[in-house]
Amino acid sequence: MTDGTTLRALWGMVLRDLTVLRRNFLPLMVRTVMNPLLFVFVFTYVFPTIGTGVGVGRGGEGLGYATVVVPGLVAVGMVFTAISAVALPLTMELGATREIEDRVLAPVALELVALEKIVVAAVQGIVAGLVVFPLVYFIPATPVHVHVASWPLLILVVLLASLAAGALGLVLGTSVRPQQIGLMFAVVVVPITFLGCVYYPWALLAAIPWLQHLVLINPLVYMSEGLRAALTPDLPHMPPGASLGALVAQTVALGWLGVRGFVRRTLT
Amino acid sequence: MTAAALEIAGLTRTFAGPPAVTALAGVDLTVRPGEVFALLGPNGAGKTTTVGVCTTRVRPTAGTVALDGIDVARAPVRVKQRIGVVTQYNTLDRACTVFENLYYHCRYHGWGGREAAGRTGELLAQFRLADRAAAMAQTLSGGLAQRVQLARAIAHRPSMLFLDEPTAGLDPQSRLALWELIAGLRAQGITVLLTTHYMEEADRLSDRVAIIDHGKVLVTGTAAELKQRVGADTIVELQLERLDDALVARLEALPPVRRVHRGEHGLRVFGTARDGLIPPIVEAALPYGLADLRIHEPTLETVFIQLTGRELRD
Ligand SMILES: Nc1ncnc2c1ncn2[C@@H]1O[C@H](COP(=O)(O)OP(=O)(O)OP(=O)(O)O)[C@@H](O)[C@H]1O
Ligand SMILES: [Mg+2]
Repeated sequence: MTDGTTLRALWGMVLRDLTVLRRNFLPLMVRTVMNPLLFVFVFTYVFPTIGTGVGVGRGGEGLGYATVVVPGLVAVGMVFTAISAVALPLTMELGATREIEDRVLAPVALELVALEKIVVAAVQGIVAGLVVFPLVYFIPATPVHVHVASWPLLILVVLLASLAAGALGLVLGTSVRPQQIGLMFAVVVVPITFLGCVYYPWALLAAIPWLQHLVLINPLVYMSEGLRAALTPDLPHMPPGASLGALVAQTVALGWLGVRGFVRRTLT
Repeated sequence: MTAAALEIAGLTRTFAGPPAVTALAGVDLTVRPGEVFALLGPNGAGKTTTVGVCTTRVRPTAGTVALDGIDVARAPVRVKQRIGVVTQYNTLDRACTVFENLYYHCRYHGWGGREAAGRTGELLAQFRLADRAAAMAQTLSGGLAQRVQLARAIAHRPSMLFLDEPTAGLDPQSRLALWELIAGLRAQGITVLLTTHYMEEADRLSDRVAIIDHGKVLVTGTAAELKQRVGADTIVELQLERLDDALVARLEALPPVRRVHRGEHGLRVFGTARDGLIPPIVEAALPYGLADLRIHEPTLETVFIQLTGRELRD
C-alpha cells in the first residue's frame, strides 16, 4: 500500500462528500443563513431604525452593536454549518443503515477516514463564513467598522476556527444517536451560541466574573474572539495569542476525541 | 502445499453485555484459494461475527485470522485491499446514486476517475443495472440493492469475497438471480466465504460447507460428505396428531430404520434402503393420527438436526 493510494482514497471520500453536499447545497445554505440574517435584520436594522438601540456599554464606545456582532455571527455560521453538514449526516451513516461501511472497508486507516470528515467540515465552515460575512456587513442600518489589521492573523484564525468547528462536528456526530439530534441542538448548539461571546465581547463579561470564567470551556468563545482580533481590532478582544493557542488546543483535543469516537463506532 | 486463502485459528469473541455473550467460542476454519466455502448456521450462531473479524471490522477476543497469510488484526489496511464484502444488511450509501456507489467505491480503493468510471460502466452492464444507474440507492428494492452490493464488493477486483447471508429476505426469483451471479464469480476463480441459514444455498453454491452453531464449528466437508455422515439414505418425516414413546420404540425396532428423531410436530425416521421402508412405518404410525408423510434424501438440514437436535430455521 503506497501513500499515493491512501491519498487518492481520501480524495475519493472528499469527492463523495462534495457530491452529496452539492445535492443538499440549497437547504444547507438556507439553514446557515437564516439565523444571522434574521439576527442582523432585527437587531441592527429594525431596532436602530425604530429607535430601540442595543448598546455594548463600556469599551465599545464609538462602535455600534452592528460591529460587535460581525465576528461572532461569522463564527456561529461556521460552527453551525460544520455541525449541520458533518455531524447530522454522520449520525445517519453510523446509525442503523451503517452507510459508512464502504468507507470503513476502504484500504485506509480508520483514523484517516475520521480526519477526512474534519477537513470536509472545515471547508464547509469556511464557505459558510464567506457567505455570512456580507450579510452581517451590508444589512445593518448603522455603520459597520471592519478592517483587517493582519491578513495572516485572519487566515490563521479562520483555518483554526474551521478545523475546531469540524472537530466539534465529528465529536457530536460520533456521540449522538439519530433520534437525539433535536436534543443535541437544544443542549449543545444553542448554549454554545448564546454563551459564545457572539453578541458581546468577552472582556465585557468582567461584570459577571463567574460567567466570564465558565465560558472559557466554550470553543466558540475563541473563534469569536479570534475573529474579533482579526476583523474588528478596535473592539475589546482577547490577545490573539490566547485565542489562537486555545483554538489549537481545542482542535487537538476535539480532534482526538472525535477520531477516537469514530474508531469506537466503526470497530466493534 | 498451497497457502490457505483464509486461515481462522482458535477464534473467540465475547461481548461484554450485560448479558455477556460468547459469540465465537473457538472457531477453526481453512478456506482454500478459489473455492466457495459456506458457513451454514442458525440465527445467532456467530456467522456475522466471524465475517466481521475476517473483514477487520470486529476485534477478536483471542485467536487469529490470516488472509493470504496476512494477519487481519495486525495489518487491516493490507487485508482491506484484497477483500470485497457484502454485509448482511444493505449498507449502500443512501445519499448517492447506484452509479456513484460503484464509482466512489473504486475511488476509495485508490482508482483514478477515468478507470473508476470505466469499471462502473462495466459492472452496471454485467449486473444488468444500467437502467438504474441514476436511481438513488434509497429507492432500490431488496433484490436490486443486493445486486448493487455484490457489484460494489467485486468492483476493485478483490481476491476474496465475503457474502454475509446474501439472499436473506429476497423473493425466490431475486434469490435465483443472485445465485447465478455468485456462480459466475466462482467461474472467475475468486475465493468466496458465504454465510447462510438456507441449506439449499450452501448446497448449491459451495464446494465445502462448515456447520456453525453457538460460536463453534461442528463439522466441515463437502455437502456430499456431510450428508453421508448421517448414515441413512432416506429420511421419512411424519406429522402426527399424537407423539408417543411407544411409537418411537416400535419404529426403531424396524430393520431398515437407523434412528428416530423426535421433533415438535412429528418424527423424523432415518432409514437405509427405500424398498420396504415405507409400508411398516405407515402401518405403525396410522393409529397415532398420521396427518402427513414426506420422503427425502438427507439434506444439510438433516445433518444439522442430527448434530444439534434442532432445526436450522425456527
Ligand atoms: N455488537 C454486539 N454486542 C453484543 N452482542 C452481540 C453483538 N454482535 C453480535 N452479538 C451476539 O453474538 C451472537 C452471534 O451473533 P452473530 O450476529 O454473529 O450471529 P449470526 O450467525 O450472524 O446470526 P444471524 O443469522 O441472526 O445474522 C448473538 O447472540 C448476538 O446477539
Ligand atoms: Mg448475521
